[in-house]
Amino acid sequence: MDLLRFATAGSVDDGKSTLIGRLLLDSKAIFEDQLEAVEATSEAKGYDYTDLALLTDGLRSEREQGITIDVAYRYFATPNRKFIIADTPGHVQYTRNMVTGASTADLGLVLVDARQGLTEQSRRHAVILSLLRVPHLVLAVNKMDLVDFDQAVYDRIYAEFTQFATKLNVPDLEVIPISALQGDNVVTRSENMPWYSGPTLMHHLEHVHVASDRDLIDARFPVQYVVRPKSDEFHDYRGYAGQVAGGILKPGDEVVVLPSGMTSKISKIDLFDKEIAEAFPPMSVTVHLEDDVDVSRGDMIARVKNAPTPSQDIDAMVCWMTTAPLQPRQKLAIKHTTRTGRALVKDIQYRLDVNTLHRDQATNELGVNEIGRVTLRTTVPLLCDPYSKNRTTGSFILIDEATGVTVGAGMING
Amino acid sequence: MQPMSQTHSDYRLSQLDQLEAESIHIFREVAAEFEKPVLMFSGGKDSIVMLRLAEKAFYPAKIPFSILQVDTGLDFPEVMETRDRWVSRLGVNLVVASIDDAIKNGIIPDAAKISRNRLQIPTLLNAIEENGFTAAFGGGRRDEEKARAKERVYSHRDEFGQWDPKNQRPELWNLYNGRLHEGEHMRIFPISNWTELDVWDYIGREGIEIPSIYYAHQRRVFVRDGMLMSETPLNPLREGEVVEERTVRFRTCGDITLTGCVESTASTIAEIIEEVAVARKTERGATRGDDRFSEAAMEDRKKEGYF
Repeated sequence: MDLLRFATAGSVDDGKSTLIGRLLLDSKAIFEDQLEAVEATSEAKGYDYTDLALLTDGLRSEREQGITIDVAYRYFATPNRKFIIADTPGHVQYTRNMVTGASTADLGLVLVDARQGLTEQSRRHAVILSLLRVPHLVLAVNKMDLVDFDQAVYDRIYAEFTQFATKLNVPDLEVIPISALQGDNVVTRSENMPWYSGPTLMHHLEHVHVASDRDLIDARFPVQYVVRPKSDEFHDYRGYAGQVAGGILKPGDEVVVLPSGMTSKISKIDLFDKEIAEAFPPMSVTVHLEDDVDVSRGDMIARVKNAPTPSQDIDAMVCWMTTAPLQPRQKLAIKHTTRTGRALVKDIQYRLDVNTLHRDQATNELGVNEIGRVTLRTTVPLLCDPYSKNRTTGSFILIDEATGVTVGAGMING
Repeated sequence: MQPMSQTHSDYRLSQLDQLEAESIHIFREVAAEFEKPVLMFSGGKDSIVMLRLAEKAFYPAKIPFSILQVDTGLDFPEVMETRDRWVSRLGVNLVVASIDDAIKNGIIPDAAKISRNRLQIPTLLNAIEENGFTAAFGGGRRDEEKARAKERVYSHRDEFGQWDPKNQRPELWNLYNGRLHEGEHMRIFPISNWTELDVWDYIGREGIEIPSIYYAHQRRVFVRDGMLMSETPLNPLREGEVVEERTVRFRTCGDITLTGCVESTASTIAEIIEEVAVARKTERGATRGDDRFSEAAMEDRKKEGYF
């Protein structure tokens, strides 16, 4: 069984909670006591129907306000795949939560209401998913039952969206007409839309090919922790523990340790108490080198002829996540892979309007939930790749040094 | 050199291997970035899976932190026996924070009306403060309960040990932010993304020893609030409650006076997995009196500093 992480975006009005509720119900991930609790609450509130949104709104304040304000994670499985849903709120004031949910997603699911067609909100969701390089995108055209399952409605939204998507980086797109409420094309094929020959949503989620999304060429191994047992049995043991961020590592590979530039060969790779023949993303392993070179946390092991260039000048798209705006000359802590340093904001080149893709170059700051292109100077060189090549070595977070809070998320250009 | 069992021709990891790799990454991040982490150990299957993952993360070195157990005085003896075997096999340091000692030392009030479950909170927070622990691993999973579904892997606690669900730090990619101020600590949930079924699959795959009460056995039980409870002097019978012997097993390990069991003949991991896969009630909803009091019971306890 393998794993698919997907992020959903859309507001309550688009039927997102109903759709998630249906996916969970139909895959038997909802338990009796959860459903009973939701039924009882719905009844107490005087609703005519069971409000499946109550299943997904976890915090008291969310239930009170009837809105989703934070990312919630949901789990279900079919015989072939386990799914982790990052369920994100769709409103513009929660862009940062959507960025958070999309950061680890293999697939993004955007809902639109068939009656309304593409809205500013659905465009924004697609833009954010493409900025975060979520490799697979599904546009679910919901509430087809309310437009008489009319093919013309679907065709119009399809054409409009594919035209918009040409401006984005969307390697794989599927547009599926559904009715979350009645179940059409969610798990079972709709009898009301014989004109649609594509997959149902569940079929697509189960079969979308994610194996080729990772970079298996460029070996990247950020060192997390040095394992030194200092016991009699393992007296000379010195291993570099970490999670493979790219490529395939094998014993015998000639490698370079960055930023020092020292070279060596991989002598062996341990996975717990076994030696293994190769390591690839996202395995957590322990690498040993032939030579006694100086390696510590924050260093990166890469291939001699294929290594990232250490750089202190970083050009990145940054999503700003706190109320006090990001401004030039600001100093922040930065965490990139296992490396931590400080960063100085040199310049804010432009703010991206996530609804229209317009670049506002007149601005000199980024407000909360805004995304823009930023230049940073860091105290330590970052061993980075463009985010478009590697989502692990191309991403970083910014931390306010006074409060300790994560205030920004960055994706390195290049 | 041994060929790798997990390697597939297309370089994909199974879901269990992906979850294991993610959890090991978290353990190593915490060990590298925090001054004094500790693993909160209840003796239940989730905390045992955490111990196994920690063992793997640092092998062949010993686990570089202590484990902390809150002794409620109401724990199942089978659970304590399993704990002791794990502690001696791994050679790890065990810190026990006892509710009885905390009452004796005047750290928490001796209020007979307050449940032991509630008293775990101040006892735990006191142990964290007294020992200067800066990070505490917990076995919470997001599929357990809807407040947990929103909790971060690194969950910040203020100097009172409180969780502020509306003001959580964003958590992106696998970049965790462990910044703390004096007196604050971080709760770490390395198995956040595991489901109950994943935990059982992993226990089966790894051949992990868990307390015997998880397997079907004969037990003298009675019915209270629709749950099957163990007969024990710690939990006196109320009027009308009748004890009978049944074949049962436990789905969670908590306080013996609050943790119910289910009728089951599942005596192997494979049979338990089969049972879990078709279960129609959550493990907490079915057998935990402490989570039933209100719809937001878990959220409220978490805010105060519960596990």
